[in-house]
Amino acid sequence: MIELYPFLIEAIQILIVLLFAPLFVGWIRMLKCWFQGRTSAGLFQPYRDIVKLFHKDVILAENASWLFRFTPYLVFGVTVLAGGIIPILSLSLPFATVADVIAIVALFAIVRFFTALAGMDIGTAFGGMGSSREMMIGSLAEPAMLMAIFTVSLISQTTSLSNMADMLIHKEFILRPSMAFALLAFVLISLAETGRIPVDNPATHLELTMIHEAMILEYSGRHLALIEWAGMIKLFLFTTIGIASFFPWGISTLPSNAAIGGLGNLISISAGIIFLILKLGFLGIGLILIETGLAKMRIFRVPEFLGGAFLLSTLGMLSYFILE
Amino acid sequence: MNNIISLFGNEARKDNSQYPATVTLYQIPKERFTEAAKSMKTSGARLVAEWAVDETPFGRGFGIYACYAKDSEYLILKTYTPLEDPTFPSLTKKFVPAYRFERQMRSLMGVVPLGHPDSRPWIKHEDWQEDVYPLRKSFDASKSISRVKGEYQWIKAEGEGVYEIPVGPVHAGIIEPGHFRFQAVGEDILNLEEKLGYVHKGIEKRFESISWKEGARLAGRVSGDSTVAHAIAYCMSIESMTGCNPTKRALWLRALMLERERIANHLGDIGAICNDVAFAFLLYQFSILKEKLLRTNYKLFGHRFMMDKIIPGGVAVDINSDAKNEILSEMDWLTNELERLVIIYDENSSLDDRLRDTGVLTTEKAKELSVVGFVARASGQGIDCRIQSPFSPYDHIIPKMTVLNSGDAHARVWVRIEEVRDSIRLIREILNSLPDGKITESLTPPSTDKSGFAVVEGWRGEIVYWIQSGLKGGINRCMVRDPSSVNWIALEEAIHGNIVPDFPLCNKSFNQSYSGHDL
Repeated sequence: MIELYPFLIEAIQILIVLLFAPLFVGWIRMLKCWFQGRTSAGLFQPYRDIVKLFHKDVILAENASWLFRFTPYLVFGVTVLAGGIIPILSLSLPFATVADVIAIVALFAIVRFFTALAGMDIGTAFGGMGSSREMMIGSLAEPAMLMAIFTVSLISQTTSLSNMADMLIHKEFILRPSMAFALLAFVLISLAETGRIPVDNPATHLELTMIHEAMILEYSGRHLALIEWAGMIKLFLFTTIGIASFFPWGISTLPSNAAIGGLGNLISISAGIIFLILKLGFLGIGLILIETGLAKMRIFRVPEFLGGAFLLSTLGMLSYFILE
Repeated sequence: MNNIISLFGNEARKDNSQYPATVTLYQIPKERFTEAAKSMKTSGARLVAEWAVDETPFGRGFGIYACYAKDSEYLILKTYTPLEDPTFPSLTKKFVPAYRFERQMRSLMGVVPLGHPDSRPWIKHEDWQEDVYPLRKSFDASKSISRVKGEYQWIKAEGEGVYEIPVGPVHAGIIEPGHFRFQAVGEDILNLEEKLGYVHKGIEKRFESISWKEGARLAGRVSGDSTVAHAIAYCMSIESMTGCNPTKRALWLRALMLERERIANHLGDIGAICNDVAFAFLLYQFSILKEKLLRTNYKLFGHRFMMDKIIPGGVAVDINSDAKNEILSEMDWLTNELERLVIIYDENSSLDDRLRDTGVLTTEKAKELSVVGFVARASGQGIDCRIQSPFSPYDHIIPKMTVLNSGDAHARVWVRIEEVRDSIRLIREILNSLPDGKITESLTPPSTDKSGFAVVEGWRGEIVYWIQSGLKGGINRCMVRDPSSVNWIALEEAIHGNIVPDFPLCNKSFNQSYSGHDL
């Protein structure tokens, strides 16, 4: 029997990425409402938003080129592809063996590149403004992101996320200062990459202050639905990258040659899902604590913020060489 | 300031049709209009308003009026210009606020300010025929006018990397319409130009075709969030013309409503400013406080914003002792809640980082632009007409004025916080010394060709009304000057040296009325 199990896991994982991402955003929004003393719209509101957008007509600007129409599909496709590489449920993913963490960063860079192009395609002032701000953030966040992940790679001597997680689980647990630095840097970068407060405000209606939203201001209907959905997936993926690199415990580690349908597999995958939900639940609370307690920073403070993240990951790397 | 009149000798004639008598109106020759402005400027007075009146029903051509203020004195100077040659010397070179007043006079009344640097229309947009002047008596407001093609000439900026950002008139949030045109290099703003007038409803023209009583309702709709203050200003100017003295109880109740309006709007603003830097927590917390106040308003006064509760001769609604106790206990609750939130505001360093040194209106600029209200008080100008020209009951219950010098967004928030605190105190004092009596006095309509003037400190600042009675006993002209008419231009100044993404915050910290400006 050919090894069907990994492919089944891969399929389940993609489904989970598609379905859990809006749920995670729903959870974050729900928490945010509670923290602000409001009644929330419920856990499933992001699903309703996506469905609503899919039912709406697409309104295209007269001078929109193929690039503008193509970008939403590309953004969505590439983001889902990245979702296939990150070990979320199990470490044995067929995709994970061919693409490492550098590929993930590159995939997100492709998404950013095309979104920025599409933002400028229409020729509105807001689109161009958003694109220029997004590229500024991207140029600072991507190297810092690589540095943070490489610190973890140094410990496990690999750039594959699956192997990194595997190493963390199976090695004897010790507190590593380098990991602490890398984690801190990773949190800062994730806030910037996913457009959360204090870098960007996902809930704002103020065109002039937007970063990510300004680029996609002209999108509507199914195009907007895909971009919004991809945005939710991106947040979900950054959270799961964080989990895989720093808190992988609980993930299914079964070897990839296990027979399909075995009770062991089922238990291991179910446990993986339960651990995932628990971790996401807690991380959501952490995110909201940051978002509720901070105002958005001035845009020219963002380079300092990301510079700080880069410095932290460099410190992490240095402390690895000094201490280990 | 009245001494300046002595310079004119016999050429200045005191107009005895003007009420109240403390606010004097002098008629001076047209040639000496700018000379008067010059002496006013040297005396340190500010230009409160400038307006034109079609006085053809009285056979006098157009009246050109300029109102000046210094400390507690108000002085109106008027001159005439004939129908055949509707021109007057511009005051713009002496007083910056005249810049927009005069553009507006030219657009709506068709009187030409000679020597004015800018001939573009204001409020009347370019798709109106240029020679249609809605405020003239010859204009029939019941007919619609045909549209023409026209283009507004924006101020241009050129150079490498300079680009324009047009924002509005329709905005993404639920706010009024107005257009902002930025020239920017990167994120730095070179220039901001405002274009307003999208909510021009013809309110001043409408006043001329309705009764005195209905006028109070219309005044209450000039700017919905200051409905009480506008209605009080309108009623006070009529009362001054007719010699009607509302009872003390009515005046105390007016002040009660005015302070409640001030608190509710300030609370809403503080929250909204925090929300513009993505600190939504305080928005929702302050919204709760505001909403509670509005609901109490509805319960006790019958309307959430207390609209139409101020009528000529008094107030339309009385409160009993239960209501008094309810407001007093509400004030206790509000004090507790407010202080809790002020601590959060004050101690959050990320908020502090965004609000301090953002949108600075320097004290010099504030003086030059003659701004009023909390905008002025946050920029070192101690202007509050509840204190300088107090109307009852503020001569008994004296408000405390908070003046800050930094002129940034934080100062404008902090002035609001202090004013909320003070208004709570005022409400307590008003209720504890609320006189007994009836709440309305009868009012006989004013006789022909009289004029009345009133200033009221609304929550945004000094609201000015000048009303002239017409031939048939109605209103010949009602000049409305919302604080926004002078404060809007200050935003253009305050934005210099800021970056594009800080504009919404600056704008919200000013929070001027579009409707009150466009009329």
